[in-house]
Amino acid sequence: MPDAPGLELIRGEIEQDHPGAVLDTSFDRDQPALVVDPDQILAVLTWLRDAPGQGYGFLSSLHAADYLPATPRFGVHYELLNRDRVERLRVKAMLDDPAAGDLPEIDSCVGLFPTAEFQEREVFDFFGIVFKGHPNLTRILLPEDYVGWPQRRDFPVGGEPVTFTFNERNYG
Amino acid sequence: MLRGTLEGEELERYVEERVVMTRFDKMLGWARANSMFPLTFGLACCAIEAPISIVTARYDLARFGAEALRASPRQADMIILSGRVSIKMAPIVRRLYDQMLEPKWAISMGACSSSGGMFANYAVVQGADKFMPIDMHIPGCPPRPEAVLYGFTKLQRKIKGNPDQGWRQRYNAVGSEEWARGGVASKPNPAAAEAYETARELIHA
Repeated sequence: MPDAPGLELIRGEIEQDHPGAVLDTSFDRDQPALVVDPDQILAVLTWLRDAPGQGYGFLSSLHAADYLPATPRFGVHYELLNRDRVERLRVKAMLDDPAAGDLPEIDSCVGLFPTAEFQEREVFDFFGIVFKGHPNLTRILLPEDYVGWPQRRDFPVGGEPVTFTFNERNYG
Repeated sequence: MLRGTLEGEELERYVEERVVMTRFDKMLGWARANSMFPLTFGLACCAIEAPISIVTARYDLARFGAEALRASPRQADMIILSGRVSIKMAPIVRRLYDQMLEPKWAISMGACSSSGGMFANYAVVQGADKFMPIDMHIPGCPPRPEAVLYGFTKLQRKIKGNPDQGWRQRYNAVGSEEWARGGVASKPNPAAAEAYETARELIHA
């Protein structure tokens, strides 16, 4: 892992090539993370993969989180791994919640990491985050005709009320 | 006997000892119940208990005449729903059930396929009888293989035309039904509510 000064060094080097790309860093529980401008996410991921001395060539996971009620609301997380030094680095891109009816958008990184294809489809399936440039952005786990984004925090839990006395007293 | 070696009283006794008279539908039900062809079909963790365990030598479904698990719904006449049914799986399960030839039976095994179980969420059907008819519910999470066998023998009695009565009838517990009144989702239908009130009045009279 890069330690906290190492993380700041990486940030400084990215700043030289892509000014303004890194918005923030965090080093929480020994886990380094870069918070990145979503418009420049591809530039940063390409730099981390290809720049000499970096070599974060393996995307071990791509996932999203809904931070409601915080703004920006959505976070897309890229877990990068350097397999030579066994170092992990987390890259976060925070996305604002657009107006009702629209979906948040970010560039697809399938061109950089082919493994992202299914993982971006899964993020789209559950959070409704659109990855621009993805070759086939359709639902992957839920039925094709499903309506809604069920892992968002404002999505109802679902199921049915159970007719126990407790439920009757509290919700009947 | 047909060649006429026995006559008179001896012939009567011979027939009495060897011939059983019954109705044809009873005989048919007896034959069906003892020659079931379950579908090889597992949905989730309950599949370890039902289609896998109960055909092993330890539990041995062959004792009840159902050891031949068929891999095609066209050859099967019983399906055991062993696990939670997701909304994506439900149309496929329904299609399998529709492809089975009549007469056919369905067992809902475990809490998940009977009621959704612990999965009260966006992805799981809250009870398999929302999309197909179920003949037998086996409770448990998961039910032990013995429970599955017990449920299976109960289904056999149902096929033979002599279904077990529920515990309310056995313990004469009419009128003890409880449901949460007032909630939107838990409203009993008017006929059931009327029968309930009538039974209460009869008990307290």
